[in-house]
Amino acid sequence: MRCCALGLLAVLLSAQTPRELYVVRCAGCHGPAGEGSRGPALRVAALQRANDLDSLTTLLRSGIPGTEMAAVAASEVADPALRALAAYVLGLRTNSGEASGGRLNRGEELFRTKGKCLGCHRVNGEGSASGPDLSEIGRQRDPQWLRRAVTEPESAIYDSFGGYRWTILIPDNYLLVEIATRSGEHLTGSRLNEDAFSIQIRDGEGRIRSFLKSEIAELRKRWGKSPMPSYKNAFSTAELDDLVGYLAGLRGLR
Amino acid sequence: MKAGVLLLFAAAASAQVDPDRILHADREPGNWLTYSRTYNGQRYSPLTEITAANAGQLRAAWAYQIQQPGKFSTSPIAIDDILYITEPGGEVVALDGLTGRPVWRYGRRPPSDLHACCGSANRGLAVLNDLLFVGTLDSHLLAIDLHTGKLRWDTVVADYRAGHAITAAPLAFGDKVVIGIAGGEFGIRGFLDAYDAKTGRRVWRFWTVPGPDEAGHETWQGESWKTGGASTWITGSYDPTLNLIYWGTGNPGPDYNGDDRHGDNLYSCSLVALDADTGKLRWHFQFTPHDLNDWDSTHVPMLVDANGRKVVVVADRNGFYYVLDRATGEYLRGEPFGKQTWASGLDAKGRPVRLPDTEPTPEGRVVYPGFHGVTNWFSPSFSPLTGLVYVAVREEPAYFVKEKESHKPGQWFSGGNPRGVPKVEPTGSIRALEQATGKLVWEFPLKSPPWAGLMATAGGVVFGGSSEGLFYALDAANGKPLWHFGTGAPIFANPVSFLVNGRQHVAIAAGNALFAFALPKPLP
Repeated sequence: MRCCALGLLAVLLSAQTPRELYVVRCAGCHGPAGEGSRGPALRVAALQRANDLDSLTTLLRSGIPGTEMAAVAASEVADPALRALAAYVLGLRTNSGEASGGRLNRGEELFRTKGKCLGCHRVNGEGSASGPDLSEIGRQRDPQWLRRAVTEPESAIYDSFGGYRWTILIPDNYLLVEIATRSGEHLTGSRLNEDAFSIQIRDGEGRIRSFLKSEIAELRKRWGKSPMPSYKNAFSTAELDDLVGYLAGLRGLR
Repeated sequence: MKAGVLLLFAAAASAQVDPDRILHADREPGNWLTYSRTYNGQRYSPLTEITAANAGQLRAAWAYQIQQPGKFSTSPIAIDDILYITEPGGEVVALDGLTGRPVWRYGRRPPSDLHACCGSANRGLAVLNDLLFVGTLDSHLLAIDLHTGKLRWDTVVADYRAGHAITAAPLAFGDKVVIGIAGGEFGIRGFLDAYDAKTGRRVWRFWTVPGPDEAGHETWQGESWKTGGASTWITGSYDPTLNLIYWGTGNPGPDYNGDDRHGDNLYSCSLVALDADTGKLRWHFQFTPHDLNDWDSTHVPMLVDANGRKVVVVADRNGFYYVLDRATGEYLRGEPFGKQTWASGLDAKGRPVRLPDTEPTPEGRVVYPGFHGVTNWFSPSFSPLTGLVYVAVREEPAYFVKEKESHKPGQWFSGGNPRGVPKVEPTGSIRALEQATGKLVWEFPLKSPPWAGLMATAGGVVFGGSSEGLFYALDAANGKPLWHFGTGAPIFANPVSFLVNGRQHVAIAAGNALFAFALPKPLP
């Protein structure tokens, strides 16, 4: 039956090894290897809310109210399997030393000066909002991912669609769009949301703009494109280590 | 005094919905007396106050907020200025059509260990005489007093602990109530039931998976028929002249793995035509033999009389639009109406010709449409005015993965794990098809695949909803957008239209509220 068959649900009952449960229940938001995507990275030194078996099992059972983290019902995953899943997730944690051998102060300096990163990104209230806010990026993504994002930005564009969603409240994939309005304005920005009649973007100055499609002469979606240049050749290997170390340490409010 | 008594009597009598009133629903265009308004399944309103010319002036009249959240998918019944709706948990509420204020409420808390595949949902009610009928997530069929909301009878349809659930609106006609069952992801054996409307006693049951010694049983391997699925979770249609009911059936079980159910797996993914009195099979047409992609055919079949022929039309999950003779089941025509990559076409009898390398595998394969199909349970609409069939179309692939799974009663049994396809943004549209040929006449693009049905009106308007929460009106002739309203939450429901104090309203459930709209009142 099912209007709405759902892979996720299907899994609940069929897949019961910790790894299988992780893939079907967790990977969609936390990444196949815990590297993080829409949800926080799990391959970090310490999880944000629970770091022992009992607390994490309880958290999985109850979900996190006010977030997208749903509760796992007992009818879907029994207690022993849930506990095994919690153990698996705890096992994804890294040694804190792995985050980076970089020097944090040097990384921050590179971020501000040579990289000019605040021209597009915002950290703890400082910088432009035209690109993603990086205040918590260290708990959302792991260092390997961050390194790749700096050197190959287009490989790091978040994919909203691989993990199935019945409906998409916010696409959150920073789709680059070019808009020509009927009144003659041309602008480029990242899509914040869209429906059949309108589109909302953040323009190059970080402003939120909303257009009715009836006002738009041409709308181009630049799938796979990022306004961010590659920093592969801009930084030395040591500088990259420092920069990634700084980014990995951005954990938002404690 | 005498006049007063007579008046009271008249009011009570008009509040009775005898079977003739539903049979002749077109005599009272201001009411909405059965799931699709008429037994032909067309979800077409003959009301003409709201037109393509004035729809742009529609205003919200009121909203009613439900008490228990869930997937709010009710299709209201409207009788003489009162609306009757179901909330996702199966609660029934009567609302004043003028203000949206509840006037009575029947609450019934379902047990917590339910087996609804996809969350709490209920799609609506049926009415007959002085009773409303509602199915529940724990697979009861209830009769509720139309006037007071009190329970009049309660019949257990099936054991919910074995994976059964009811989410569909029942279909009531004559002296019977027909109800379908859900549970195709739990290895149930599907059926369709008819109950005596007065007593709740079962009159007949049609098993959608034939048992031993029944025709069609040979299309199941070994014991696979026992867990064969073929649920019946969307309301069918009824032709009183032919005395046949038409009902779509769901996927075979397990959904994505056919290794242990070789054969066509009748009557899964089919349309069945049953004698309304006995439930005996008159004919069947299978859209997707041996389905491996969860392409249920649980659609509202639309009965259309065209060029002297009685036909039934179905735009199916599998991507093809079908025209069948509804007296005989003869295949007349089939055309693709959305993106599909699994079949090269249909043969002379309407059987799909499957392309090689399209079945789910352990490694996974990408196929259009995904497991939610080119369309889904939400209603299509037909306008006799334009001769067009309106369908909400999904363009969304899936990555189909096959897994080995053994059946345990009451447990998930889908044989696979489909997913979205990375970097492919799902999208959708509203399409208008020529009824006789399936030819695309116009298309209105949507941002995301829709979960809402459509309603065409005699005012030349098509109403629909989007997954971004917009309720909108399109010109039925050319698809031009006329009006829209942001409800603020995805819409999983079908629109309806009715009169309140003689003024046309349109209503749709969205998020946790039912919204009603009307044109501004003329100045006094």
